[in-house]
Amino acid sequence: MTLLRTQRLRPTVAPWLFLAPAIVLSAGLLFAPLVYTIVLSVQGRRVPVSGIGVATDVFVGLDNYVRTLTNPALLASFGRMLILALIAVPLTMGLALLFALLLDHLASRFTRFSRISIFIPYAVPGVIAALMWGFMYLPGVSPAGELMSLFGLPVPDPLDGGSVYFAVANVGIWGAIGFNMVILYTSLRGLPQEIYDSARLDGCSETQLALRIKLPLILPGLILTGLFTVIGALQIFSEPNMMMTLTNSITSDWVPMMLVYRDAFVTNDLYGASATAIVITVITMVASLGLLRLLRTRAFGGES
Amino acid sequence: MSASTAIRRTRRVEPTSPTPARDGDTRPKKPRGGFWPTLTLLVGAAYSLFPVYWLVAASTKSAGELFTTSTLVPSFTGGFFENLTALLQYDDGAFLAWSGNSILFSVGGGLAATAVAAAAGYGLAKYDFRGKNLVFTFLLIGVLIPGVVLAIPQYLLLAKIGIAGTYWSVLLPFAISPFSIYLARIYAGAVVPGELLEAGRLDGASEWRLFRSIALPAMVPGLITIFLLQFVAIWNNFLLPFIMLSRDETFPLTVGFYSMMNQGSDQLNVYNLVIIGCLLAIVPLILLFLFLQRYWRLDLVSGSLKG
Repeated sequence: MTLLRTQRLRPTVAPWLFLAPAIVLSAGLLFAPLVYTIVLSVQGRRVPVSGIGVATDVFVGLDNYVRTLTNPALLASFGRMLILALIAVPLTMGLALLFALLLDHLASRFTRFSRISIFIPYAVPGVIAALMWGFMYLPGVSPAGELMSLFGLPVPDPLDGGSVYFAVANVGIWGAIGFNMVILYTSLRGLPQEIYDSARLDGCSETQLALRIKLPLILPGLILTGLFTVIGALQIFSEPNMMMTLTNSITSDWVPMMLVYRDAFVTNDLYGASATAIVITVITMVASLGLLRLLRTRAFGGES
Repeated sequence: MSASTAIRRTRRVEPTSPTPARDGDTRPKKPRGGFWPTLTLLVGAAYSLFPVYWLVAASTKSAGELFTTSTLVPSFTGGFFENLTALLQYDDGAFLAWSGNSILFSVGGGLAATAVAAAAGYGLAKYDFRGKNLVFTFLLIGVLIPGVVLAIPQYLLLAKIGIAGTYWSVLLPFAISPFSIYLARIYAGAVVPGELLEAGRLDGASEWRLFRSIALPAMVPGLITIFLLQFVAIWNNFLLPFIMLSRDETFPLTVGFYSMMNQGSDQLNVYNLVIIGCLLAIVPLILLFLFLQRYWRLDLVSGSLKG
């Protein structure tokens, strides 16, 4: 009986059949493209020396990588992406956490209304958010500009000069707070409420309760949402790409992803674009895995 | 062990779903000191709702009014219907076609991704086999590959097999979602009763039958959440259809608006049309959200669900 059971309990073919669609799709649509990009990134198109004949793809080693890493436009776009991330990530996570803790705060009122309202931007596509804010930034239609001109002040153009970083980051922050807040709030609601009572009996204030007890307990949720926010910031494309149609301050190589897109489809430098794409992938992976490890050791350092 | 005891046993294992939606209401008396927390939350709500309000007000402006009257106060000069008619007539009804495409991509891609994730998640959670961790890592790494990085070679590869530019070139990549697989695995691990599978196996049920009649019904609440997450992700996506599609009539809304904006403002009222288009595009989704609230099991994402 036992023997029969163990045999029957370990089906060997079934799990692979259940996994087959996922494996086939991943292999075809995630891994094959990645490998193809790596192959393209070490190739180049060469016209025969004679100048006659068909151009062929040849192996060029790391030429494209050298070209990409020494391209001042790419470095500048990385710099802009970094500024955007430094503005958007802390503000998104900070506000999401603050709102989640306040929703969980006993004395807060209108929590249902606030929670739903703050969650609503999640339902708005990034490109539509970029358009809405973009229109509101236009000096001609800007609500803030209206107020300024009412008092005889000059109408600001948020998309001009250094404030363009805040203007673009704002679109991302607006769209991302709600989802992160709801995830963190759900984590908070999942905590055993009894521990609060004993802390309160010990004279713990609500603020102390939030920072000393709730915060450490929802750290796993915070790590996950933080990681997604960082990945999102590194991959920013749609919002500035859309806002490009409204302003001249955003160029077609503004962030790395826009540069890759332009090289691949507009200037037809597929090989250079592939090398740049691989560089960005490596940076994203190193950054996310590094962040995950850093946070893990911080969070669970004492455990293992 | 009979199947019926297994059922009873697993009932206890099944996590009761604490609906986080109903907070506050159950607490009879609010303690004092709620002024600043409430005010902060309301400021957050105002910040989140303001652009939507602005969109509503701006959609009532006729072409001449948009740049000349305040966009904070709606106009009642018939601009709204003027814009609406013009939008519906734009490019032979392109707006309706784009809306239809957005729905097709979101529903089709969402359903496909959920089905793939359900099977894969169940396979990973409920079977022990050699190479399981390797497969899981293989499936998850996709989360870390940036969208643009994937979309370009995806386009080139799909162009080689001749389907770039078709609906399939968008639906297929959307059918695989590493994050959905991850969620489905956690959920299957938490709710699918192992004892019942054992019992069914002893009774000679096929593995497919076990999946269909035991695992799938138990996984439904989690699968709905996975579908909704993927639905919104696809609805909001711009990049993939932007790269894959070239013909106007195949665009989803996001790419459609971009193409409108890109034609420039030589067409005088293009801003008016885009504004009212954005409004029409987001209102149904917001309403859908409000009505489907109780189906969102986001404890799945936050990791509160103990496996």
